[in-house]
Amino acid sequence: MTQTVSRPAAGARKQPLPLDVEAIRADFPILSRTVRDGKRLVYLDSGATSQKPRSVLDAERDFYENHNAAPHRGAHQLAEEATGLYEAARARIAEFIGAAVEEVVFTRNTTDAINTVAYALSNAATAKEPSFRRYAVGQGDEIVVTQMEHHANLVPWQQLCERTGATLRWLGLTDDGRLDLTDLDTVVNERTKLVAVTQQSNILGTINPLEAIVARAHAVGALVLVDGAQSVPHQPVDVAALGADFLVFSGHKMLGPTGVGVLWGRYEVLDALPPFLTGGSMIEVVRMEGSTFMPPPQRFEAGVPMTAQVVGLGAAVEYLQALGMENVQAHEEALTAYALEQLQAIPGVTVIGPPDTVARGGAISFTVDGIHPHDVGQVLDDHGVAVRVGHHCAWPVVRRYGVPATTRATFYVHTGYDDVDALVEGVRAAQRFFGVTPEEATA
Amino acid sequence: MQLQSMYQDIILDHYRNPHGRGLRDPFEAEVHHVNPTCGDEVTLRVHLDGETIADVSYEGMGCSISQASVSAMYDLVVGRPVTEALATGESFVALMQSKGDPAVAERLEDELEDAVAFAGVSKYPARIKCALMSWMALKDASARALAAPTTVTGGQA
Repeated sequence: MTQTVSRPAAGARKQPLPLDVEAIRADFPILSRTVRDGKRLVYLDSGATSQKPRSVLDAERDFYENHNAAPHRGAHQLAEEATGLYEAARARIAEFIGAAVEEVVFTRNTTDAINTVAYALSNAATAKEPSFRRYAVGQGDEIVVTQMEHHANLVPWQQLCERTGATLRWLGLTDDGRLDLTDLDTVVNERTKLVAVTQQSNILGTINPLEAIVARAHAVGALVLVDGAQSVPHQPVDVAALGADFLVFSGHKMLGPTGVGVLWGRYEVLDALPPFLTGGSMIEVVRMEGSTFMPPPQRFEAGVPMTAQVVGLGAAVEYLQALGMENVQAHEEALTAYALEQLQAIPGVTVIGPPDTVARGGAISFTVDGIHPHDVGQVLDDHGVAVRVGHHCAWPVVRRYGVPATTRATFYVHTGYDDVDALVEGVRAAQRFFGVTPEEATA
Repeated sequence: MQLQSMYQDIILDHYRNPHGRGLRDPFEAEVHHVNPTCGDEVTLRVHLDGETIADVSYEGMGCSISQASVSAMYDLVVGRPVTEALATGESFVALMQSKGDPAVAERLEDELEDAVAFAGVSKYPARIKCALMSWMALKDASARALAAPTTVTGGQA
């Protein structure tokens, strides 16, 4: 087969961007700094952690300067105000994902949220309270994940299986970076207790067809946990439309502070789960002989919470709501289309993941022939372009595609075509630097 | 451009034409080291003649820094007593901790030969572990080889 690569004319496929990039950049103090001897910071690593707009920083500062107290305890005015701000943020975040307020549990991050569910399922097996045993996982049960999962949505399930004697099964991947659902009906079966699947791959960018997976899981009575760490920040997500039982995501990937994440759970499911971490705040009555626990969400929020961070996340959600998540998604899709076209026009560059924007988000992983991803990343860094390199906490994925690692660019609300151009120029510079510029094919 | 300070020609030469690459028999110890943050790996064998390193053989995958480092290390340690080789390893660690201080590189130049070219790497904290992986593997393998009762030939340790 003869393959010809036609080079797009400069400026090809640049759809008008829905978001005003210049105005948005002005909201992010860090984007005005320079790196590596005066280079403009081209931040293409939002998939690892996002930068924070001033309104989020202000919300945290205002909390500490004017309202700081431990929420849900204390009889003083500050405690009232702190509780009010904490719960107002919960209400805003619930509204953002179409959830009921009491279904939103604050965790440290996505990893913490997934572990909360995984430990609840094994704790259920030994719970004294019969109502907590409904979702107990044990020998003969199966947990299903996919080969696409971030380590955070894989290792806790491996560990759950080790603790309980359950069996871990998984759905594989196709060559073009999508879930292979041909054996969905055998992998997800009447022994399945829970299916844990990502909505958007952090490495491939793939957006998964969750409807089919949720329908099959529920048909066999299994719970579904959706990892929304890479979807909730980048596309509208509504838990009612999703139909899953759990949705987990991190604040720091969606313009919010580090140290706060969300576990959303369908109320009747949350209410039937025993706690993971125990201690203050989550109890109802404590006696020396034993204790009873609060209903959700408090049952899963032991200890004084990360109050300022929750308030900051509330401000981040407010910022995203003002932009409109449909606009955020369309913005990234336009950038992704352009970036995929520009990158794939470079001889020697291979995109690992879907090659076009069909059911695809803005995480673009790629390899460059003859240059290790670390070295690509180093040259990009020298140009002021911040990307992620390595296995992206998804080691089975890079192994599946036979590469040692990839270079990954991710986009967000402040990303513009100039950032993509800087990436593309940086990749070409890496090829020149390492002397691996292949012959350019001509149309 | 700061890149040249890290990617010295000597480093790129070792990367493109590595010295001593490939796993060889005989050997007393084989170790496999990975860098869990990035997935770089090296499998390294040590063959001792008494207390002298008679051969170091290796296979690995990783970035130019990690691959060039193991090649430069091969040149430095083969034919030398284990204790001397490991002392040189300590000097290399000192170079990696020098944060680009030229005085450190100057002091260690004679001892580290080609490996002193890695001085520029010390300015990039994220890459220091790439340069050190092979030296850590050597330290590990040497200790095991000294403790190993027998030489392995034609098989796995």
